[in-house]
Amino acid sequence: MNIKRINRELHKRFGDRVNASFEDNCILLRGELDEWSEVVEAGQMAAIPKGKIHVVNDILCSGAEAQEMHISSLRDDALEGETPDVLIIGGGISGCSIAREMARYKLDILLLEKEADLALGASGRNDGEVHPGVDLSKGSLKHKYVRRGNAMYDEICRDLSVPFKRVGQYACFKDKRLKPIIWCYAQYRRIHDGISDTRIASSEEIKKTAPRLNKDFAFAISNPNSGSVSPYNLTIAYADNAVENGARISLNTAVLGMETENGKIISVETNRGTIRPKIVINAAGVWSDKIAEMAGDRFFTIHPRRGTNSILDKKCGDTFATIASVVGVKTAAGKSHTKGGGILHTAHDNLLIGPDAVETYERENTATTAESIERVFSKQKITMPTLSEREIITYFTGVRAPTYEEDFIIEWGRKTENIFHVAGIQSPGLTTAPAVAVDVSAIVAEKLGAEKNGDFNPVRKAIPVLNEMSDEERAKLIEENPDYGIIICRCEEISKGEILDALRSPVCVPTLDGIKKRVRPGMGRCQGGFCSPLVTKIIAQELGIPVTEVRKSSLDAPIVFESRKGEKA
Amino acid sequence: MKYDVIVIGGGPAGLAAAVSAHDNGAKVLIVEREERLGGMLKQCIHDGFGLTTFGEKLAGPEYVERFMDMVRERSIECSLQTFVTRIDKREDGFDVVTVSAKGIEHREAKSLVLATGCRERTAKQVFIHGTRPAGVFTAGTAQHYVNRLGVMPTQKCVILGSGDIGLIMARRLTLEGAEVLGVYEINPTPSGLTRNIHQCLIDYDIPLHLSHTVTRVFGRDRLEAVEVCRVDENMKPMPETAERIDCDALIVSVGLIPENELAESIGVILDKHTKGPYADGQLMTNVPGVFTCGNALHVNDLVDFVSASGAEAGRNAALFAGNSRKTVDMSIGKEFQYMVPQQLDLNSDNSKITFWFRSARVQKKSVLRLKVNGEEVWKKNYLSLRPPEMQEIKLDMTSFGIDESSAVTWEIEEVQA
Repeated sequence: MNIKRINRELHKRFGDRVNASFEDNCILLRGELDEWSEVVEAGQMAAIPKGKIHVVNDILCSGAEAQEMHISSLRDDALEGETPDVLIIGGGISGCSIAREMARYKLDILLLEKEADLALGASGRNDGEVHPGVDLSKGSLKHKYVRRGNAMYDEICRDLSVPFKRVGQYACFKDKRLKPIIWCYAQYRRIHDGISDTRIASSEEIKKTAPRLNKDFAFAISNPNSGSVSPYNLTIAYADNAVENGARISLNTAVLGMETENGKIISVETNRGTIRPKIVINAAGVWSDKIAEMAGDRFFTIHPRRGTNSILDKKCGDTFATIASVVGVKTAAGKSHTKGGGILHTAHDNLLIGPDAVETYERENTATTAESIERVFSKQKITMPTLSEREIITYFTGVRAPTYEEDFIIEWGRKTENIFHVAGIQSPGLTTAPAVAVDVSAIVAEKLGAEKNGDFNPVRKAIPVLNEMSDEERAKLIEENPDYGIIICRCEEISKGEILDALRSPVCVPTLDGIKKRVRPGMGRCQGGFCSPLVTKIIAQELGIPVTEVRKSSLDAPIVFESRKGEKA
Repeated sequence: MKYDVIVIGGGPAGLAAAVSAHDNGAKVLIVEREERLGGMLKQCIHDGFGLTTFGEKLAGPEYVERFMDMVRERSIECSLQTFVTRIDKREDGFDVVTVSAKGIEHREAKSLVLATGCRERTAKQVFIHGTRPAGVFTAGTAQHYVNRLGVMPTQKCVILGSGDIGLIMARRLTLEGAEVLGVYEINPTPSGLTRNIHQCLIDYDIPLHLSHTVTRVFGRDRLEAVEVCRVDENMKPMPETAERIDCDALIVSVGLIPENELAESIGVILDKHTKGPYADGQLMTNVPGVFTCGNALHVNDLVDFVSASGAEAGRNAALFAGNSRKTVDMSIGKEFQYMVPQQLDLNSDNSKITFWFRSARVQKKSVLRLKVNGEEVWKKNYLSLRPPEMQEIKLDMTSFGIDESSAVTWEIEEVQA
């Protein structure tokens, strides 16, 4: 680490507006810049890949006002005085998978999620690709976990009843002159980096297995181990199984502050009371650097990066059964920190297009923009010329949580002893999560001297998916429970019975969005136009509340109001 | 169970089809996915239905009740809350596989009438961006909440699209005590019927902003505001005209799409103009024995036309005998938004064919011409043609010397006044 060299480069680029110093074993950046893109650039210039020393970027930006963390309007003392062994902060894929793996030990586990449901951050707003790791080289944590994680998917998705398909992936090239170089690259990845499924696919193979792809593709890097999973379903399933095995989950619960003493967290203040945990696991996604700071353990900075994906009608899903992207074309966005985006056959048999990658100072801004959709489509129309925006049924934006080193942070606190960070988790964080969770829970359990939980049941009691069953299976279930025969969502063919099951599931979120994520009413082409009033009514009946009390997502999102007829002239 | 005709969908088209099929001697079954018959008319409590069919102005439920009475009088079998999960083709007809609280059932029929109606285009399909708060509804969903559940989806809203349901909801929400700040229409002309512009907007002082659209919604939990923009002549929003309007809901009424996923699953080919099936003069699709009608065929403006096409499809489904076909396609000029039916089966009786069409844009004095091999064989004059107002014509197609090799074309020509 050479702070002089870093400063030389920073000064050359930004003059004396920015300065780096080596403090507390971190590269600390200070100064003031006009544009957020410059702040990010400075951070990237100072970062040292694959090292233990991280950039803490304190450069101010006049045009970029820091976004406040959203905190639920709920205020009570439900958690006051709780003393869990393990307090997990964050109900994304990291937090939920760790909660489930920790439940293999005899421990009191409490997971906090500040939003009204799980997987509302990056974990629920990504493309759902289970990556092969073909773009990762030895030495990073991403590489360390990607192969193990990928290999665990069949079993974990079977145990947790989560839709997962090994659809394979093509990274396609137009220029056949590149073939020898790419062949060497593929060999290197295969042999040196252990990404053993990597091979080169001919244009004939591409045309045969994916006829909708650009006919001009000369060859592709093929990774049959790539898969598609429903990322929010996996997160929720992990949480369900954690709760089935004794863990507790508190939604609408934000960490507001921490009391530390002699390098130890004494208490954690939330909007639902003060908790005194033995160990804190920081799985707070885009807020993980702020949580670290609260714990007196600041040594990295998250710079949020937005990505937008579009979902196409299921009719398109039938026409393309794999994952593909085009490599080696210049786009307006220039070099970008996405795996490139692509076209992906989802675990639910839609097509997904995206994502892009846009740096942002807003950690929770998931609003979509027309520019993102245009950018993604203009690129992916090279991959698949027949792609049409007209087939879009919905689109969404997620905010990733990278560090400037672009690798994960999976380690104990450096200055605070009872915090374990699982931070900087971005792609392929979904792929790596099952493996990371196993390791993290083993490390934490060892520190606590925890015994194995002999009653642990890895199999989640799943909600049946009737439209995927044979007629005989389906008829049998309907005979047992006629509600399984009453179709509420016509596009996705979801029955009342499945909706009621979701309302009775371990982590019950009785909102329109909560039900939609769990059993899919409203996910289809009419986007809930027909079924949302029906689902609203079912929720109200099941909970014994008026429909005006049913929420779309958070507590502050009412769907309908009492009639005001007669109040006005 | 075996039937002559299975009608899928118990809305106005399906009920008319079932009655007519029954009256033509068929054993009929209606399959309806909802708890009650009536389709969307159950929630259309405003009046104006039935002027053509019954010569009176009825509310939607009243109109459809008359057809339900006819179904009852004839003891036509109905399976309610029954969902068609798939259709398997058989040598002598179709096996309609349904899901209901009774389980999985198979019912066979010689012919099918697909009266599956339409669905609304969504906010995402017109590329509204921003957050995903509560408070974005299609007009039909808003109507369901107000008219069937008795609750209000908004207290102060903006409506995007001047389609008829949007206009009706502007009035309905106003009557229920909500404030409708304005209706925004991307086109330079209204999309709904002129009578609805008057009766629903002008009479209630609700402003209509033409050549405007909503580009974005704001609000994390519940919708807090929308951004509206004027559009240029290519319908592209002009960012410099963006205006933020505080409200708690956006109601979108931006068009309807015929629901033909079931039709497509058995090989029915759709017309990209209508999004409904290609149909012949008997309203049969390219799949022999499968008939189409109502809003599944094309989006109608009046329910009377829906019922009329249902009756026609029902009758022909009852009479269907699997005869060989000799079809000739009819082509339309670009002045048309669409025309149905799109083809003729020369082996069928074409002496009384009903056509429905819409012009692609507002046209003043115009002539509609039918040409066979380039020769004009028939024409009709119109004082004006407007896309929201569907036109109906009834013709004897047997007298024009059409054979299999004929080039049959429809043209609209605007005549200078």
